[in-house]
Amino acid sequence: MCLGVPGRVIAVDGMIATVDFWGVKKQVRLDVIDEPVTPGDYVLNHVGYAIRRIPPEDIGETLALYDELLAGKSGADLMADDVRGELAASVTASASPRPAND
Amino acid sequence: MIVSRDRVTLKMGAGGHAMRRLIGEVFLERLAGPEMLAGDIGLAALDDGAAVRIGDQWLVTTTDSHVVHPIFFPGGDIGRLAVAGTVNDLAMMGATEPVMLTLAVVIEEGFARADLERIAESIRIACAEAGVRIMTGDTKVMGKGELDGIILNTAGVALTSRVIPDRGLQVGDRILVTGTMGDHGLAVLAARGNLSLEVELRSDVAPINGLVRAALAVAGDGITAMKDPTRGGLASALHEMADKARVGILLEERAVPIRPDVRAVGELLGIDPLHVANEGKVVMGVRPDRAEAVLAAVRAHPLGREAALVGTCIADSPRRVVLDTGFGRRLLIEPDGEPLPRIC
Amino acid sequence: MTDSWSTTEMRFRDPARARALAARLAEVVEGAGRKISVMHVCGSHEQAIAKYGLRASFPKQLEVIMGPGCPVCVTDLPEVDEAVALARAGVRIATYGDMLKVPGTSMSLADAQTEGAKVDIVYSVMQAVELAKSTTDEIVFFASGFETTAVATAAVIVQGVPKNFSVLSAHKYIPPVMEIVAEMPGATVEGFLAAGHAATITGSAIFERFAARHHKPVVVAGFEPLDILAGLVALVELVVAGNATAINAYPRCVSRDGNKVAQALLWKVFRATGGRWRGIAHVPSGNLRLRDEYADVDARRRFTIDMQSLWDMAPPALVAQCVCGDIMAGIASPSACNLFGKACTPETPVGACMVSSEGTCRIWHQYGGHPDLVRIGRAV
Repeated sequence: MCLGVPGRVIAVDGMIATVDFWGVKKQVRLDVIDEPVTPGDYVLNHVGYAIRRIPPEDIGETLALYDELLAGKSGADLMADDVRGELAASVTASASPRPAND
Repeated sequence: MIVSRDRVTLKMGAGGHAMRRLIGEVFLERLAGPEMLAGDIGLAALDDGAAVRIGDQWLVTTTDSHVVHPIFFPGGDIGRLAVAGTVNDLAMMGATEPVMLTLAVVIEEGFARADLERIAESIRIACAEAGVRIMTGDTKVMGKGELDGIILNTAGVALTSRVIPDRGLQVGDRILVTGTMGDHGLAVLAARGNLSLEVELRSDVAPINGLVRAALAVAGDGITAMKDPTRGGLASALHEMADKARVGILLEERAVPIRPDVRAVGELLGIDPLHVANEGKVVMGVRPDRAEAVLAAVRAHPLGREAALVGTCIADSPRRVVLDTGFGRRLLIEPDGEPLPRIC
Repeated sequence: MTDSWSTTEMRFRDPARARALAARLAEVVEGAGRKISVMHVCGSHEQAIAKYGLRASFPKQLEVIMGPGCPVCVTDLPEVDEAVALARAGVRIATYGDMLKVPGTSMSLADAQTEGAKVDIVYSVMQAVELAKSTTDEIVFFASGFETTAVATAAVIVQGVPKNFSVLSAHKYIPPVMEIVAEMPGATVEGFLAAGHAATITGSAIFERFAARHHKPVVVAGFEPLDILAGLVALVELVVAGNATAINAYPRCVSRDGNKVAQALLWKVFRATGGRWRGIAHVPSGNLRLRDEYADVDARRRFTIDMQSLWDMAPPALVAQCVCGDIMAGIASPSACNLFGKACTPETPVGACMVSSEGTCRIWHQYGGHPDLVRIGRAV
């Protein structure tokens, strides 16, 4: 119901942040965010307003939660071998929860 | 609703179902008749243009009116659009050597002369690229407020020995796109300037008869149908081709080339790049045994470097386009009306 | 794009993980050995499910019902009528693109535009304010959206707006409607997937109380393919275990207490009041209206809005026959509706399910239900 798009803060000028969304820069208002925002932070944008500072550690936390769901309580594993292999590769490739700065 | 049945709405000009219905009910009903010769392509075919047999050649004609806001946008302007639109429509019928174009200009009182000159210069350059000339024209000026700036109409004439109708897809044909999708539509939207986006998207507007000529040269009769995915984008073009040929199309979303900045603007505004216009691209149906050769020929052309095979014609699900997203499948919905930024 | 941020976000679109989660979902549903119905209360969930083609990969025994989660679709006829009446009276309307084609009693804003009314599409309420600054025309911002979007409207109002700017609020508040659908007679829904971005504002704690009250589990989920699949796995596990708790499966964007700055702004400017949601029901506290302190920017107080002419030209009350509410509750299918495909089509929609491009009725009308897409074309 609400199109929310995450992006990385490039610059902050008062109540306005310049935010990079996959390479497109857009000015976003900071009036309603509940934490101070500095360049390098990630924010969730909705209709031109940042509504949340996304803690980088929570990205890792979410992915870990999904992997927990995958394992299931019983430890049953329905994943086909190829899927398990691909998954292992992708987990290794994205091991650091904090995205490297480019 | 009462109003939309009594009056023409913007949706009816947006290239989708509503437009086809308006054309059918108002124009085809009264104007379409039997063709002079079997095989001629007339109004009822609703193809990119008309084709009539003259001796051992086909005379292909098409006409197109152009309005765009803003008139000048990154990558082009209304003048370039007017030439490319008509040249490309001829090329889509297989007629890649246009004999001439006509140009009609309707101008709003007060329009800047410098802008008019800039548009004329742009027309000259686009004509040179396409290898065609404006041979006749017409100019009208209307009162302030009676139109928004300027309207251009171009018509084109060409001869070809083989016509390719847009209804020729067959089960098993591969679908080829000659480059990235969504560039023009999102560039124009971003250029309207009220979205506070810092991005320089460029329209792909260009005459592509040269590229089509190169593809036809290696394809033989291996190209079964062509369409330029203008209004309504790839989604509309594929629906129209599938509908006319009564085949299904399975489209591999991940194979469709989309520029990262176009994708990003699409994500921000909630607009699918597959639903917006291209002005320098072709969607082709290619016989499977010719697909790789045609792809190589298109990629060798400067306007086709990012061409890709993106789908296959199937017997199941006739007249529909099934999108394989890599996560699952869905039916590709045909856009109705101009795509608008959305919040949900 | 080699940007690290996009790489990070793309991890939530990893097909290998998605396949694994879809397999896990099938396993959990199969383990239950019966049909399970859950509901998402978020138009963006439906958009994402459709966009990524996830529905085709859901297990047959799992029914994922699209609830009343699209704020545009549930905007009631009289609310659209107010905007249309103002537009036809010569007031310039600024609104989000989503609202343009939503039908009122006798016409939509797009229809009013066809007649010559001035309607501007904006991406942000700030743009509407900029528009007001650039003209002497009266600008009315026709504000739609849930609390997530209402917060932006509130921020602009608190900041102070030009004299020729006012707000016609059709903002909606999502928690109360969940109470309604949870209690709908005949409803078979066993659990809810809650709207991630509304919860960014309200926090996930409100769903803990909801789950306990209705004895139905709730999972707050995000909008990437992995978010939705993982949310469904978690939800079905709770349903099977009979565990009526609330889980926040979207911690990167939702905290337990929500965004308190945004909540304070929201309730400073708006009050929740009862009103009809199109095709659903009267929802107590479901509509957000401007508080008395902001009467000077309230379009309803600035203008006398005469909707009589719209009602005079209206066809007989078709809406009364619309069964959208039952469809959204999973009780009825579109074919059970007298209007479906006749008086109610994508071009002349009556109810919410036909208004939305991903609405149940819209999809049924265009494609005759959800066809089985997984198998087709395999032979080629």
